Amino acid sequence: MQSPTAVLSARSVSVYYGSSLAVRQVSLDIPRGEIVAFIGPSGCGKSTILRCFNRMNDLVASARVEGQITYNDRDLYGPKVDAVAIRSRIGMVFQRPNPFPKSIYENIAFGARINGYRGNMDELVEGSLRRAALWDEVKDKLRDSGLALSGGQQQRLCIARAVAIQPEVILMDEPCSALDPISTLRIEELIKELSGDYTIVIVTHNMQQASRVSDRTAFFNAEATDAGSKVGYLVEYDRTERIFHEPAQEATRDYVTGRFG
Amino acid sequence: MLLDSVCLSQRPKLRFNSKIAEILASPRQSVPMESFSQNPSLWQPNRQASQQTDLLVRSILGLFSFVSVATTAGIVLTLFFETVDFFRVIPIWRFFSETRWTPLFASAQFGIIVLISATVLTTSIAIAVALPLGLLSAICLSEYASPKVRQILKPALEVLAGVPTVVYGYFALLFVTPLLQKIIPGLQGFNALSAGMVLGIAITPLIASLSEDAIYAVPRSLRDGSYALGATKRETIVSVVLPAALSGIVASVILAVSRAIGETMIVAIAAGQNATLGLNPLVSTMTMTAYIVQVSLGDTPAGSIAYQTLFAVGTTLFVMTLGLNVFSFWFVRRFREKYD
Repeated sequence: MQSPTAVLSARSVSVYYGSSLAVRQVSLDIPRGEIVAFIGPSGCGKSTILRCFNRMNDLVASARVEGQITYNDRDLYGPKVDAVAIRSRIGMVFQRPNPFPKSIYENIAFGARINGYRGNMDELVEGSLRRAALWDEVKDKLRDSGLALSGGQQQRLCIARAVAIQPEVILMDEPCSALDPISTLRIEELIKELSGDYTIVIVTHNMQQASRVSDRTAFFNAEATDAGSKVGYLVEYDRTERIFHEPAQEATRDYVTGRFG
Repeated sequence: MLLDSVCLSQRPKLRFNSKIAEILASPRQSVPMESFSQNPSLWQPNRQASQQTDLLVRSILGLFSFVSVATTAGIVLTLFFETVDFFRVIPIWRFFSETRWTPLFASAQFGIIVLISATVLTTSIAIAVALPLGLLSAICLSEYASPKVRQILKPALEVLAGVPTVVYGYFALLFVTPLLQKIIPGLQGFNALSAGMVLGIAITPLIASLSEDAIYAVPRSLRDGSYALGATKRETIVSVVLPAALSGIVASVILAVSRAIGETMIVAIAAGQNATLGLNPLVSTMTMTAYIVQVSLGDTPAGSIAYQTLFAVGTTLFVMTLGLNVFSFWFVRRFREKYD
């Protein structure tokens, strides 16, 4: 049963690295315009699933994705789908801020340029930086290197860079895990502001963060296999307040109340 | 303690924890306690002996590093004093303004520009060959080659670096020159073109290997960031990876340039011994290094002015390569991106 508003939808998705199974049988829908959080202990495959949504796993030679993922009802892994085109519609923000070693301006303009943007670049850069709540801090030093900014500013630059190419979905892979609490708070506020215009999927280790920002939460867990590796699986996916206050699964309750993980 | 071990032993699925659980659950008395007792007579470190060993090791290491520094200082001082002696006889303005290099003739002239022009010519040809070859193979190796191809290509490239330069010299003289003569009719038997081209082949592994290191050192996260914006592989390499690796690539090129300037055998064999001013690659020419070979091999008496030209030319060579190295050092520090 696919809800009509789902932007992204995973059906029985399993991911292998080489011959070892990393995540098994994940099925979930990402509704349009909502913020979905993936939580769970390390190694439960939440980042792996996230990277399936913009086909970043294609870049890992040994990775193999089974099952079906649809994006706006089209098979994301279909034979005619261009992964490069997909990534310009489904943006991504990474765990560690990774601005390019270019000026702040060029960090934003790069994505627009490679995607054939024909409009006014200055306006796009300013608009994107405003959107990422960074404009006031950097407007006088757009020619400075993006690497000269603080960690929190760098991460907002990366969000601005993702927003600049006007994607439909933004995937965030633990965007605050390398940041201090104040920068984290600013990014969280920013995520909430962006939520109306973009569908956001955020992976986080921080359960408070998930409960603060997200509309829906998916709880992943991992179990050890006989071979000694870990396989992740989706335990429960529901509205965030249900996951945190009346989860259906005991494992979810144990995790969100801090009993393990 | 007891509670812990019970909790842990209930999670046998986690292998490491189960080992800890085993240890914790095992009876305490089974640990051989004698070896962990506080008996001081079992512990008698000889602090003084280890301090003396430390001092000895430090002195030996210091001595050896001093030898290499002293050697450098010795070379620089020898060059300096002999060069000063040379300029006492031949004024420095003649060295830089004369347009002929004929120190062994009766009407001796000492225009170093003649030798510099030859060196600049062969080095430029070499870089024109080595820069595209080296950089493109570095990009191919680090970005496009599959592990299997890489396993064959990389050692093959490194073999080039191991070929003795005298072999390169004869390769240029006996193979490349005749080949080029079929295309360019006016080409002399000794010429800067074929020497420079083979010199370029000889320094290609240097550029390829150092540039590849620089490209390889660009963090994966930067490439991911570019791909995540919808960039293709080519766009990612050209716009993100290469600019990020620029300082290392430039350093490798400068190192290759100074290697080409100092390279002796190839140019001495294939470019000839004819000191002519000009940048015509089709004729015989004599580089600074080739001149040093010529004079060293001849029976020039020590202390004569022809003998002292060796040091003047050597100093010029040294100053040029030193200048390049200083520039490269500065450039790398100025433009290196720090990723943490």
